[in-house]
Amino acid sequence: MPITVTDKCIGCKKCVPACPFGVIEMEGKRAIIKDGCTFCSACVPVCPVNAIDLTIDKKAGMNVDEYRGIWVFAEQQEGKVQGVGLELLGEGRKLADKLKAKLTAVLIGDQAVEAQAQELIYAGADSVLLVLSPQLKHYTTAPYATILSDLIGRHKPEIVLIGASTIGRDLASRIAARIKTGLTADCTGLDVDVADRKLLQTRPAFGGNIMATIISPQHRPQMATVRPKVMKKLARDPSRKGEIIKETHQLRAGDLAVKVLEIIKDTSVKVNLTEAEIIVSGGRGLGEAKNFALIEELAKVLGGAVGASRATVDAGWISSHHQVGQTGKTVCPKLYIACGISGAIQHLAGMSSSDTIVAINKDPDAPIFKVCNYGIVGDLFEVVPKLIAKFKG
Amino acid sequence: MDIIVCIKQVPDTTEVKINPATNTLIREGVPSIVNPFDENAVETALKLRDQHGGKVTVITMGPPQAKEALRHVMAMGVDEVILISDRAFAGSDTLATSYTLSQAVKKIGKFDLLICGKQAIDGDTAQVGPGIAEWLNLPQVTFVVKIEIDGKKLKAERLLEETNEIVEAPLPCVITVVKQINEPRTTSLKGMMRAKKAEIPTWGAEQIAADKFRIGMDGSPTQVVKIFSPPPKCGGKVYHGDVDAAVATVVGAIKERKIA
Repeated sequence: MPITVTDKCIGCKKCVPACPFGVIEMEGKRAIIKDGCTFCSACVPVCPVNAIDLTIDKKAGMNVDEYRGIWVFAEQQEGKVQGVGLELLGEGRKLADKLKAKLTAVLIGDQAVEAQAQELIYAGADSVLLVLSPQLKHYTTAPYATILSDLIGRHKPEIVLIGASTIGRDLASRIAARIKTGLTADCTGLDVDVADRKLLQTRPAFGGNIMATIISPQHRPQMATVRPKVMKKLARDPSRKGEIIKETHQLRAGDLAVKVLEIIKDTSVKVNLTEAEIIVSGGRGLGEAKNFALIEELAKVLGGAVGASRATVDAGWISSHHQVGQTGKTVCPKLYIACGISGAIQHLAGMSSSDTIVAINKDPDAPIFKVCNYGIVGDLFEVVPKLIAKFKG
Repeated sequence: MDIIVCIKQVPDTTEVKINPATNTLIREGVPSIVNPFDENAVETALKLRDQHGGKVTVITMGPPQAKEALRHVMAMGVDEVILISDRAFAGSDTLATSYTLSQAVKKIGKFDLLICGKQAIDGDTAQVGPGIAEWLNLPQVTFVVKIEIDGKKLKAERLLEETNEIVEAPLPCVITVVKQINEPRTTSLKGMMRAKKAEIPTWGAEQIAADKFRIGMDGSPTQVVKIFSPPPKCGGKVYHGDVDAAVATVVGAIKERKIA
């Protein structure tokens, strides 16, 4: 074990509550560290007599100084760059300026996406690496992973940011395993330590009950997937100049083994939940499927998306694409209106980082009221029509 | 059809609370469960076995007490279980975990399909399934909501953000499944009796021929440096009684902040 409590221990017990994982116990007059220690080092500074020894001695992965620059993967679907890519360019710009590094966007797709490369410059990139081929029209894991891994190998960026969308999470984990570097999932906060160019990656864990800051000190690139709608995109600036570079690529044998046969559109989805600025969600309080019409109406008035709790999806009132929560989507809109949702912790995990939360529920003790900014205790069938009228007016 | 399922024992996160005085997780009395998405993975495997014959083997990496998770899936009806456990695995991040599991899979040998849950509810990374696929150099199909096997191929429907996608992939292959794919069966009395008596084999770093620089702390590029409670939502105001006044106030505040 790289962590030990030495003979200096005086049995003061200060380290016991300091452990976020609760794995320090007293054995007589001495603290012992049990299984489950993640070597997070939270206990080390708490000890008044420096009795806790933590030595992290990793085999140095690579020469980290060879790696420079920040990359953003500009995810596209049906030829359209997704909002999260632009948000990451906004955040990447800030980090790049701090590090005095170059910000590069990587855009992969068929010929139709070429026109959007310039938009990525306007959104903050200094350069765009463009990989075009008819085979790359629709995302599939293997070819995209090969292309991005090979580009990383050639150009050696120090940071690679990817949206934590279904595509992004599928892709990033494959690449990180291939190039054997650290990857932090679903970050909601990023910063850099200018002195040693470490990326400080903050993310929720345990269903949002705790936040953890994670680093990859000895590996490059430092990879993170970032939750959509958390970072802010820059205002489009057509006076920005940048370079667009067409890159060649070579796929590996077997990269095209998985074939997309069909894409089934869900006609009930009018606005993509994860990209929406406003979400109106309905829960069990709606009583039956047809009452979702009320939620749809409020969403329409606000130009927002329709969300749903797990109970309503399980009951078959609405399709899974609308589900918010641990089982469904994690969302982070500017405004989240929860109607008739009690707020089970799995639901809260999916929406509690929204900017402003409005909750409507007839049970004054519903847990949703603990996370909301504005709560209205009342019958949603009375409150929601009034909200619709008021927002219209 | 031989299927391997990877599962994880997790604390029931619905029970995890923060001690506001010390800002730490209260783990005492928090029950351990099989990660819910992994139960869907086990159910998927059992259904495919029932249709096509073959064997379902479940592995988990964890401390000795993770045997309880293996006994649970044995009681659901899986054929074989193996615990992957060694002090040397402590401190593993997703890269080291996927390496370790892939080494165990190599030791098991031939299989047609490897199934994981889409993510674990404690870490929520969804990185280990694709990681295993990469270490084994196999295709991956993530977020699967429907699956059919046809000879040496699978046809799967993936649940994406706005759409569903139907893909075809050759076997062997790694898939991850979402909750919506099925309703996991409950444990049977017969299964529980069998699970109770079963000797569960444990493989350590040596048995799976692990490279010591790829496991545990040494094999983990990422490091947690800080853990803290999320900032509490402040300014929350709950209105009782007069609905008209409440609606007017809330809509007014939202319009004033130019959110809508």
